[in-house]
Amino acid sequence: MLLYILKRVFYVVPVALGVSLLCFLLVHIAPGDPLVSVLPADASQALVEQMRVAYGFDRPLPVQFAIWLGRALTGDLGTSIATGRPVASEVSTAVANTVLLAIVATLIGFAIGGALGFIAGYFRGSWIDRLATILSIAGVSVPHYWLGMVLVIVFAVTLNWLPASGAGPGGSSQWAWDWEHARYLILPAVTMSVIPMGIVTRTLRALVGDILSQEFVDALRAKGMRDGAIFAHVVKNAAPTALAVMGLQLGYLLGGSILIETVFSWPGTGFLLNAAIFQRDLPLLQGTILVLGIFFVALNLVVDVAQAALDPRIRRS
Amino acid sequence: MKLGLLAGAAGLALAASAGLANAQGTLRIAMTAADIPKTHGQPDQGFEGNRFTGIPMYDALTAWDLSSADKPSVVIPGLATEWAVDANDKTKWVFKLRPGVKFHDGSDFGADAVVWNVEKVLKQDATHFDPSQVGVTASRMPTLRSARKIDALTVELTTSQPDSFLPINLTNLFMASPAHWQKLFDAAQGADAKAKAAAAWTAFAANASGTGPFRMERFVPRERLEVVKNAAYWDTPRVPKLDRVVMLPMPEANTRTAALLSGQVDWIEAPAPDAVAQLKQRGMVITANAQPHVWPWQFSFVEGSPFADRRVRQAANLCVNRGEMKELLAGLMEPAKGTVPPGHPWWGNPKFDIKYDPDAARKLMSEAGFSKAKPLTVKIQTSASGSGQMMPLPMNELMQQNLSDCFFKVDLDVIEWNTLFTNWRRGAKDETARGAHAINVTYAAMDPFFAMARFLDSKMAPPVSNNWGFVNDPEFDTLVAEARSTFEAGARDAALAKLHARSVDEAVFLWVAHDVGPRAMTQRVKGFVQPKSWFIDLTTVSMQ
Repeated sequence: MLLYILKRVFYVVPVALGVSLLCFLLVHIAPGDPLVSVLPADASQALVEQMRVAYGFDRPLPVQFAIWLGRALTGDLGTSIATGRPVASEVSTAVANTVLLAIVATLIGFAIGGALGFIAGYFRGSWIDRLATILSIAGVSVPHYWLGMVLVIVFAVTLNWLPASGAGPGGSSQWAWDWEHARYLILPAVTMSVIPMGIVTRTLRALVGDILSQEFVDALRAKGMRDGAIFAHVVKNAAPTALAVMGLQLGYLLGGSILIETVFSWPGTGFLLNAAIFQRDLPLLQGTILVLGIFFVALNLVVDVAQAALDPRIRRS
Repeated sequence: MKLGLLAGAAGLALAASAGLANAQGTLRIAMTAADIPKTHGQPDQGFEGNRFTGIPMYDALTAWDLSSADKPSVVIPGLATEWAVDANDKTKWVFKLRPGVKFHDGSDFGADAVVWNVEKVLKQDATHFDPSQVGVTASRMPTLRSARKIDALTVELTTSQPDSFLPINLTNLFMASPAHWQKLFDAAQGADAKAKAAAAWTAFAANASGTGPFRMERFVPRERLEVVKNAAYWDTPRVPKLDRVVMLPMPEANTRTAALLSGQVDWIEAPAPDAVAQLKQRGMVITANAQPHVWPWQFSFVEGSPFADRRVRQAANLCVNRGEMKELLAGLMEPAKGTVPPGHPWWGNPKFDIKYDPDAARKLMSEAGFSKAKPLTVKIQTSASGSGQMMPLPMNELMQQNLSDCFFKVDLDVIEWNTLFTNWRRGAKDETARGAHAINVTYAAMDPFFAMARFLDSKMAPPVSNNWGFVNDPEFDTLVAEARSTFEAGARDAALAKLHARSVDEAVFLWVAHDVGPRAMTQRVKGFVQPKSWFIDLTTVSMQ
């Protein structure tokens, strides 16, 4: 097992390097001037050149990449061109906000999706199955952006029950676990939860249906086991696949959502990326994408190792 | 039971939100910016930055008169009480400073502070020189070179060439507190002085000190800026009526509208035109006034461009139905008749009257050799969005339809906003223009250099500045030089009026609209005057 883990960690190195190279190059390939956020269009050519030197954009790309990578390895992701603040602190604050939102969305999505999926699969063909199917299809089909706006119109503008945007009355830095703050989470978290809810519902419905058609269920029934006890067996059999799907969904949610965070002005990684893109803030863009990329690589590593720990066949392969 | 709990929770939420909204003297503003504009004294994010993190917290040597909704906003004394150019050497100006002014940290404002603030962006070997402030400052005062203290309340400024626009340019140089910065520098960590200076500026941005009517109290990057009344403000009539202003970045127009309608904020910048009817229906007040902003097509004069022919340029100006466009924008624009509107000191009296007259346009096009059977194909570079661009696609599509009635066939080349902005500096001859005959980039017209000189002076052709279309007319060059070297304010305005009148007669642009800076607010917001400016004065505002 230790050898397997070491091997997987070793594979992560070239992947992480590739991710860093890609995120560095992609933002440089994009048209437009990286100094657009600090220079108005009426800036003189001399001033443009002066700024290009000051920010190191006059150097060849490979040199810029080497300097950037060298600093990134020490945890220094550079300084935002637009704000002058360290990228690492900007990203860490945003990641914390996105994690908060993602975890709440995950809990909502998995709780509803899990319940609907199991019930729909167990009572296949019934009205509850049809209702769950409609909800799950709607969940994966409805655009986030649209749903977010509709929820805002209903619950914030019309009913005035919940705030339309923001991360608490004093901002995310003063977050507290009380109703006054939690109410800011509800609309973005619900909006974010509908896709995982739909996917989990559909997966579990199919899985439960499949398990119910297996012979061991007939055997349990033939032995006289009651429905409740059979359901418990089905849940136990479906759990590993359900957890794998949920883990994947959690990964996606932790990556943040540009659209949802922008609609709700939620100061997470999506909101940060949106600002970085519009301000052409290359260091911030590179730093945020790098952190999210490395995050996915690390998550995959954890999943690989966990799967190998649960299933010896994977280790041997 | 469950329903009861839900109702109770909702009741609590309503009570809490109502409590927040009723806080006495607190105004909550949703800005269009995606981040709080820089707070260290030289704001970024265009003029929205100056509007919210510049003017409220800082003062400059000269200021804009923002007191009237009717008159053009003009330059008035700020931290300088008077100024004059040296009669013998017109590159030297003497500014007399206002006595008794203090920064928010309690330190005194004077000539040393002015010299320090000039050097923060112009003296590269100064300890406090900050490259990140240079871009947004130096380009707005392109001829300023240095400052020298004469006595405690007198300072001499030197320009690279005689430049009568300097007092106007200086509205962009805000005075930050040198004493406060020095304290932060002494406490800063860093490998060398440069690193310590960068850290000190970052700390200054989070704990700023200017001389303005509001002082910073709380700053959460990307989320909120809270400023409170500076009760000791030097301009006593302008001591704020509000206790506190909270500024929140909300780049999405629908989010801002929802925040206003749900009572989360009291005031939003730039509501979407299609939300105006709903906002009015819900009792919100919509304010607007013509801004020194121009939404144009800037023509190319390079060889082969059909707009090199004045008849074609004039025809295009006569063929746009600006009334229809105003309807399209729910009334949130003013039809443009030039860079500045009639009545402005720089208006002049152009002979060419810009209006909707398709018959006259078709006549001009026929004279230029075009007809329905032989239309003129022109390519226009524009963006799908962008700061100051209003609603570029629907507006350009309407113009496309209008101009088709006057023998134009308009091809729109839509590119991303930042790319378009970068291309603007490269000019019509650059390959990035992709053969475009005009470019649609909006501009501010508060300052004569930015309103006219940079577009009309042949020396301002790329890569020097924004004469994108390579206008090259000796008459314009002479008029620009004359305006720049005329130092008596009235005579300078007369020279600028001549320049403006000629630019309209020559139809150098296709002038379409002036933005009106729409904002929506609750009826509890009182005392707000929306001047003919990009800027506003928050000191007159109160909450009922």
